[in-house]
Amino acid sequence: MICERCNSLDATVHVTKVIDGTKKEIHMCENCAKKQETIDFETPFTTNNFLANLIDSVQSSPLKVNYIKTTTCSKCGMNYGKFKQTGRLGCDECYQTFEEKLIPLIKRVHGYENHTGKIPKRASVAIRMKREIMDLQKELDRVVSKQAFEKAVEIRDRIHYLEEELKQSGEHND
Amino acid sequence: MVNIMTNWMDREGPLSEIVISTRLRLARNFSTYPFPMALNQKSAMMLVEDLENKINELDTVFGHKHELVRLSELNAVEKRILLEKHLVSSDFIKPGLPKALVLNEDQSVSIMINEEDHIRLQCLLSGLQLKQGWEIANRIDDYIDERLPYAFDDRLGYLTSCTTNVGTGLRASVMMHLPALTMTGYIDRIFQVASQMGLAIRGMFGEGSEVLGDMYQISNQVTLGRTENEIMSSLDEVVTQIVEREQAARKQLVDHNPYQIEDKIHRAYGVLVNARVLSSKEALEMLSYVRMGMGLGLIEDLSWNIMNRLLLEIQPAFLQKFYGEELSPFERDVKRAEFVRGILK
Repeated sequence: MICERCNSLDATVHVTKVIDGTKKEIHMCENCAKKQETIDFETPFTTNNFLANLIDSVQSSPLKVNYIKTTTCSKCGMNYGKFKQTGRLGCDECYQTFEEKLIPLIKRVHGYENHTGKIPKRASVAIRMKREIMDLQKELDRVVSKQAFEKAVEIRDRIHYLEEELKQSGEHND
Repeated sequence: MVNIMTNWMDREGPLSEIVISTRLRLARNFSTYPFPMALNQKSAMMLVEDLENKINELDTVFGHKHELVRLSELNAVEKRILLEKHLVSSDFIKPGLPKALVLNEDQSVSIMINEEDHIRLQCLLSGLQLKQGWEIANRIDDYIDERLPYAFDDRLGYLTSCTTNVGTGLRASVMMHLPALTMTGYIDRIFQVASQMGLAIRGMFGEGSEVLGDMYQISNQVTLGRTENEIMSSLDEVVTQIVEREQAARKQLVDHNPYQIEDKIHRAYGVLVNARVLSSKEALEMLSYVRMGMGLGLIEDLSWNIMNRLLLEIQPAFLQKFYGEELSPFERDVKRAEFVRGILK
């Protein structure tokens, strides 16, 4: 049998695929088979599934079968099993749905678990206030280490003020 | 139609001698659509249309022409060219969801829609220009977000399909030409130091561990817990250091083996201007010597722009498009030799 792709070498690789109930056979030479990316081998090595597998190794207790089966994102229908397989999330809410598994993984990948970079312009006042508090706390540590106590008191007061504001705006929203 | 010329390269950037280009990429998703992983064909198509309508004022706001091309409108060679020019990823041109690409006039800005994330916004500039690239990408990022809000979390930042991009969604990368560090073997040390600093280095051309043309790409790995500025400054510092090391290694090579190095450089130039059959592997190797010769002042009358262009234009799909015909690998090697001779004449 001659290879279907290059029509020159002998076909030594035979693949049967079933797509939507229709059986399809592909016969290729070894060279063309290597180039063919659509063949799904048993366990393809990708960054994504490598990471997804890390997920369980960072958890201290073995994962309950229940969690895999029952934890499903209400917004996009993604379940934990599928996430583990692909390493990709289905929507923004998946981050909340799988939070307990994701946070340790994220921490392991990045070494951090809090975003300190850009905030969208339209972000709520609350997010901006939280960010300011975070930045001020860093600044506070810095001035304390320099023993600039007057400045430290000023910063501490500003933090208290922002925290108070934040609490009140939260109450209004509830 | 996708223009085959890339004009961003016409402007010479800082440190062009060693730094070819700077690329900034932002990964973004919209909160109103499922991420590409969970997106169906219909919604993916809707997203493309939605964006097309909402970002139609890009031209007036940024003073450049922008074009939205659907992947389905492109033939195989055109897709390949976009890939060779680093305007799209290999995942982007694979079959799957309906996808689209937004390109500006000089192709310094490209936006992939429905790749791994809804948006992969990229800014590509010549030489080392991290800050400038960030300013452009940041403005377009704001522009899109004002029209269609991104998925953003208070604690984790911009939410992405894969957890490796979460936070800033920023991947900053710099492409560098490091022949002397490669020849002397110092490059291994650079690899070690970079990885300790959370940066990754890989060869730009060649498969597996083989690096062709001594071209490397260095980029940040961590996207969370560091600000965009922190990410770019540390990359900038490391790149500047590598440039200094490369220059020192070149000097060392010439001081210790003046005739051998000069000979290799002039021979390489001779091959490029005389060859009648030129494989892409040989072309990349010879271009690397010639570039180094230019840096050392041994070869004059050639510009960095021409060298940068050749790097892209000796690739298979570009040649195919340029000569407007299907070429077998051997015919391609013949045309490549012809093309390079024509440019360097």
